[in-house]
Amino acid sequence: MEQRLPAPPAIRAQGFSHYFGPEATLKGITLDVFPHEIFSIIGPSGSGKSTFLRSLNRLNDLIRGSRVEGRLEVEGRNIYDPETNVVELRRKLGMVFATPVPLPRSIFENVVFGVRLAGVHTSVDLDILARDSLEKTSLWEEVKDRLGTSALKLSGGQQQRLCLARILALRPDFILLDEPTSGLDPISTMKIEETLRQLKKGYTIILVTNNTKQAGRIADRTAFFLNGELVEVGPTDRMFTAPADRRTDDYLRGRFG
Amino acid sequence: MKPRLEQKVATAVLGFFVLVTVFILVFIIVFILRKGLPVLSWSFLATNPVDMGRAGGIFSTIVGTIVLTLGALVIAAPLGVGTAIYLTEYTWENRLTRVIRFGADCLAGIPSIIFGLFGFILFVTKLKMGWSILSGSLTLSFMLLPTIIRTSEEAIRCVPASFREVSFSLGSTRWQMVARVIMPSAVPGVVTGIMLSLGRAIGETAAVIFTAGSALRLPTSLFSSSRTMSVHFYILAREGISMDNAYGTAAVLIIAILGINILTYYLMNKYIRKYS
Repeated sequence: MEQRLPAPPAIRAQGFSHYFGPEATLKGITLDVFPHEIFSIIGPSGSGKSTFLRSLNRLNDLIRGSRVEGRLEVEGRNIYDPETNVVELRRKLGMVFATPVPLPRSIFENVVFGVRLAGVHTSVDLDILARDSLEKTSLWEEVKDRLGTSALKLSGGQQQRLCLARILALRPDFILLDEPTSGLDPISTMKIEETLRQLKKGYTIILVTNNTKQAGRIADRTAFFLNGELVEVGPTDRMFTAPADRRTDDYLRGRFG
Repeated sequence: MKPRLEQKVATAVLGFFVLVTVFILVFIIVFILRKGLPVLSWSFLATNPVDMGRAGGIFSTIVGTIVLTLGALVIAAPLGVGTAIYLTEYTWENRLTRVIRFGADCLAGIPSIIFGLFGFILFVTKLKMGWSILSGSLTLSFMLLPTIIRTSEEAIRCVPASFREVSFSLGSTRWQMVARVIMPSAVPGVVTGIMLSLGRAIGETAAVIFTAGSALRLPTSLFSSSRTMSVHFYILAREGISMDNAYGTAAVLIIAILGINILTYYLMNKYIRKYS
């Protein structure tokens, strides 16, 4: 087999710590995420996995007393540099939240919300973007006849795919998902997972999940967080069959969590 | 048996309280309308007072009320809503925000006649604006500020935190978030607060009589002295000029306030339905 040079990491954390006031929520995390992989983060609640995800688009900045140490690089740049343009960073790393949060507007206006903020106004461009994003999340066929109706009238699963479409419209490089299917039924969950598999080609995906089976189904590599520490990281298959750390084994077998 | 008896007593007592409240409200409105409605006519609304208000209508006081109140709102609404946005979205909770909030609460508790005196000293005499619509509007706007700030703040705080996160995560600046996500959701609450203060402004007498004066002529500029309906009512009744015309004025006032409230509720319901 031909030896290929490994691609440079898309995201690199080096000794990255995060604090809320005096409390350390992430302790010296060091890991790499490679382009076009689905990288999942698993761990019990309170392990810091969501905090890590929210550090990546600097959403933790919104919380008072939030503070970081160490380096967190996206495409080779430390995003906690003072020169970082946070607005652009957030466009590059689209985020989907645990509960779908459609804004109280029409389906169409939800999809193009971020794009409008970025200054795209011509209706032809917006129409194309909206259709393209909705097709990528297989929502187009379901909503194409009622783009003008309120997004709040969609089902939970549809709302979550709408939220995904909303960030795709911004043409991000990364998709960050924070337990995106925790409130959804199995069929909606399956649709989202299928969509993520297809999106892998064009995006680097980081998936925080409480559902270890979900990580097993779709993640290329997985990291296990516990109490703000990274216990281990590696290919999902290997971690699920032969975890290197006793605690990972215990968690995967459901002994705690 | 005892909890059930308690329950019955509680229901009866609470029901009685509601009855008393509704009765007082209805009594006041019916009393004033019964005395005032017979006086009302098209010419009462459309002609200026004659002979200090003994005869003629109340046209100039209607104009005075509208101009003075709108003037106060034009000044107080942007200041108040802006302050509320700053307090909720642009700063963390700290000593300064607590001082501002405490100040607003104190301001809300000051009797209106003190505002009138303050407005008289500052605007009418020191700044040489005289008894004028401008002095009156400025004074009134100070009185309305606390209500507008606190109700707007409440309304803005009620917008779910998740909307802010979503907006930021989609690459909005803080101002874009405020303008496109927070304010559209907060508008019903903000407008309700402004309407509440509008009701207070229309009925205000003490602060206005000191600052806008009580001229019966139709105002011609912002520097004209003018009489509002409530001041007119006060003077007519207090000096025994014409109780009939006083009640007529009061009826117009009450109908106007009821009308504004009904219109506001109607528009708000329409708005809320459109956005949710």
